[in-house]
Amino acid sequence: MDLTVRGVVRRFGAVTALAGVDLTVAEGELLTILGPSGSGKTTLLKVVAGFEIPDEGTVHLGTADVTMAPPRSRDVGMVFQNYALFPHLTVAQNVAFPLEMRRLPKPERTQRVAEALALVELTDYGHRLPRQLSGGQQQRVALARAIVFKPRLLLLDEPFGALDRKLRESMQLEVRRLQRRLRLTTLFITHDQEEALILSDRIAVMSAALIEQVGTPAEVYARPATRFVADFVGESNLLDGIATEGHGAEVSGLGRVQAGASTGAPGARATLLLRPEALRVGAEAAALPNRASARILETVFLGLSVKLRLQVEGGPEMLARLPLRPSAPLPVTEGEVVPLGFATEDVHVIRHG
Amino acid sequence: MAHARRQPRNLGRILLTIFAGLVFAFLMLPLLVVFPISVSSASYLQFPPPGFSWQWYQRYLEDPVWIEATIRSFKVAILCTVLSMGLGVPLSFALVRSRLRGMRIADRLVAAPIIVPNIIISIAIYSLFAKLQLIGVWYGIAVAHTILALPFVVILVSAGLRTFDEAQEQAAMGLGASWPVAVWRITLPQLRPSLISAAFLAFVTSFDELVIAMFLSGASMTLPKKMFDNIMLEIDPTIAAVSVLQIFLACICLGVATLFGRGVVPGTAGR
Amino acid sequence: MSSATADRRRADPARARERMLVMLALPALLLLGVIFIWPLLRLLSMSVADGTLDQFEKAALDDLYVMVLYESMEIAVLVTVICLALAYPVAAWLAQAGRTGFILGMFFLLLPFWTSILVRTYAWMVLLGRNGVINRTLRDWGWIEFPLPLLHNLTGVLIGIVHVMLPYMVIPIYAALLRIDPDLRRAAEGLGAPAWRAFLRVTLPLSLPGVFAGCALVFVITLGFFITPALLGGGQVMMIAMLIEQQVREFLDWNFAAALATVLLAATLVIYAALAKLTGGQGHGAR
Repeated sequence: MDLTVRGVVRRFGAVTALAGVDLTVAEGELLTILGPSGSGKTTLLKVVAGFEIPDEGTVHLGTADVTMAPPRSRDVGMVFQNYALFPHLTVAQNVAFPLEMRRLPKPERTQRVAEALALVELTDYGHRLPRQLSGGQQQRVALARAIVFKPRLLLLDEPFGALDRKLRESMQLEVRRLQRRLRLTTLFITHDQEEALILSDRIAVMSAALIEQVGTPAEVYARPATRFVADFVGESNLLDGIATEGHGAEVSGLGRVQAGASTGAPGARATLLLRPEALRVGAEAAALPNRASARILETVFLGLSVKLRLQVEGGPEMLARLPLRPSAPLPVTEGEVVPLGFATEDVHVIRHG
Repeated sequence: MAHARRQPRNLGRILLTIFAGLVFAFLMLPLLVVFPISVSSASYLQFPPPGFSWQWYQRYLEDPVWIEATIRSFKVAILCTVLSMGLGVPLSFALVRSRLRGMRIADRLVAAPIIVPNIIISIAIYSLFAKLQLIGVWYGIAVAHTILALPFVVILVSAGLRTFDEAQEQAAMGLGASWPVAVWRITLPQLRPSLISAAFLAFVTSFDELVIAMFLSGASMTLPKKMFDNIMLEIDPTIAAVSVLQIFLACICLGVATLFGRGVVPGTAGR
Repeated sequence: MSSATADRRRADPARARERMLVMLALPALLLLGVIFIWPLLRLLSMSVADGTLDQFEKAALDDLYVMVLYESMEIAVLVTVICLALAYPVAAWLAQAGRTGFILGMFFLLLPFWTSILVRTYAWMVLLGRNGVINRTLRDWGWIEFPLPLLHNLTGVLIGIVHVMLPYMVIPIYAALLRIDPDLRRAAEGLGAPAWRAFLRVTLPLSLPGVFAGCALVFVITLGFFITPALLGGGQVMMIAMLIEQQVREFLDWNFAAALATVLLAATLVIYAALAKLTGGQGHGAR
């Protein structure tokens, strides 16, 4: 079922946690709320789950207004940060809990629990206690418990934070598969932009109690609407300059930079975004319309690529990321002065507002 | 060099162990000494006992005054336990979770009976109960004992509650439970160790209490009052037999609280 | 719109929760009010029932009462010091003991704690009397010729009270020692301090809150002791609680008893507050 949040405001004394948030999650969609801590994303989650009532605005599940409804009547499945599994109940009892609360007859309960455990591949673990499971298994129990009663909406509150990197990646994919298969409308909260890019149908980036941008991962990454989004999602070179005629801008050290779109009225301030992987270094740079030369301050080996910290002569410090082949040596050395360049269409203009 | 440094440290540890052992002996000595006396064949206090006899246990069991006092003490202690748990557990939830400033004052208020001298509490309640004609009524004593037992219940249950992750209650509510159901099904079962310890400590507090009982019991004595009178008037080994039985009761309570409970004393949780 | 806002405020889970919590606290607080606070205030007010401070004057001017107050304080100080001297090593031992040692130690500490004070006091009478276990044994061994005066005097009272109060001192110190990161001491020793200096400079200062908490508790509880001095003192030792009881039971002088109770309560609270302040505003030491 689709979720609609309209004009939601929540204040705690002098602090405004949500300053008028609008959001729609379509049926079967996985939408991620991405933001740093303190951006209001947890409050938004609580408002949707029913643990907080907004001061203004409404929350609809489908056509039903649930703004004031208590959590238990919302039919929302939630996976908590630390899973909040009940340690004194077995895995099966944990998963059966929401069914019990809904007074389902015992045979149906047993069957639904078995189905849910099968979905998360824990069929044989029903009689165990949560503490006898690994972190990843606990997470799957929490997931099974959140979906066993066929909720109208699934909420995931930073569920992968406690897992190590490898497990985290496999769990992310598993959650994604399950969500697609069951066509669960899902709201996912995280501060991890990488996770958001991997998992989401759409991402809503939050900052300072407001949603800055909503879009597909590709949109948010390639065409961030604000400076905050550009900075928070992925690595970025943000160039401040003055707009000139013909999709250009004057940036100190780089001269006139040619962008792929209008930079605004001539003479106005313009902010240009250049992702590190769009930068070319060395011979490749010569053919590109935007060129400069820079000293390499630092090289960081990342396996598949190398990250360079560059000082443009008389200009800003910039990041570049060059692909590597396992057999090839590093193409550059620290301290070297190299030509660099980038294509017009790789320069994204961030509007001021 | 390292060897030379290690030597005094081991010596220090041995001295510490000996000292602790002596203190433990001091603590246990009075409990152990009543055992031989309770089975003495002598009718006055004699040590070592000249012979073996169960007569003092028999005398205790056959004396209706002793038995009545014992039953009365059980009744008082059980009611006190029920009252202090029934009031103390909800109060602990409020004290741990409420952010109201008044609760900090309430917190102090509840702990106050630990430091306010018993004699003052006793005569204060005595003067009130005398007016209300509640002297010599067993449940009056139980209510007064509740004031003394409440701080122990609150301290133990609050300590348990502080380590409980409240997100579990939220999770239960998100899964369809109302708050009371979430507390009943999720929170209280996990507090069981603290609850058991608290209940037994409340029981023992009331069962052993003398000063309040001395003022409030009137003619209908509790067990400690009867023991006190016996010690003052005729010190015969019956009281040693009663003492042995009481030590066994304490052993049972402590044993149950240790096996199934937690944090019998604040700070021991988790060990 | 404003009524909708009011509805929302009422439905706010945080507010609903606070309301619920207050309701939960109410019955217990009501009982405390009726059975503890109210009778206490009633008693204290009796001390000035005649509209004068005569009762307090009587307490302050009569040497007997001043002596009793002084002796009570003296006993409380002595008990506190003795308990501290005995309890600190025991707490330190418990903090470093293995699992078995810890369980055994706790059993030795807690079984007396859970046993009736009367049982213990009676046992001390058996042990300490002129013909008691200790004197008899020492004489049988030929160590002494005449029985030592252990009962019906200050010695007996001190032994009895220390026995009761010892766990109250051990537990807070033990809890404080347990909170100290053992790495700190290791670090100090790693930095070249011998073990005893590491103890004096690191462990001891960090355990002081527990020491003060224990001292505060032991001191104020001892100050109000009644049963133990009454039975073990044999009339030779008089503490203020016994005096209060005597005024009520024998002389029925409620007003004077109330004045004495006021003095005892004031002393208790002032001393406790002062000592508790040293623990770093930790509130009640029983925690």
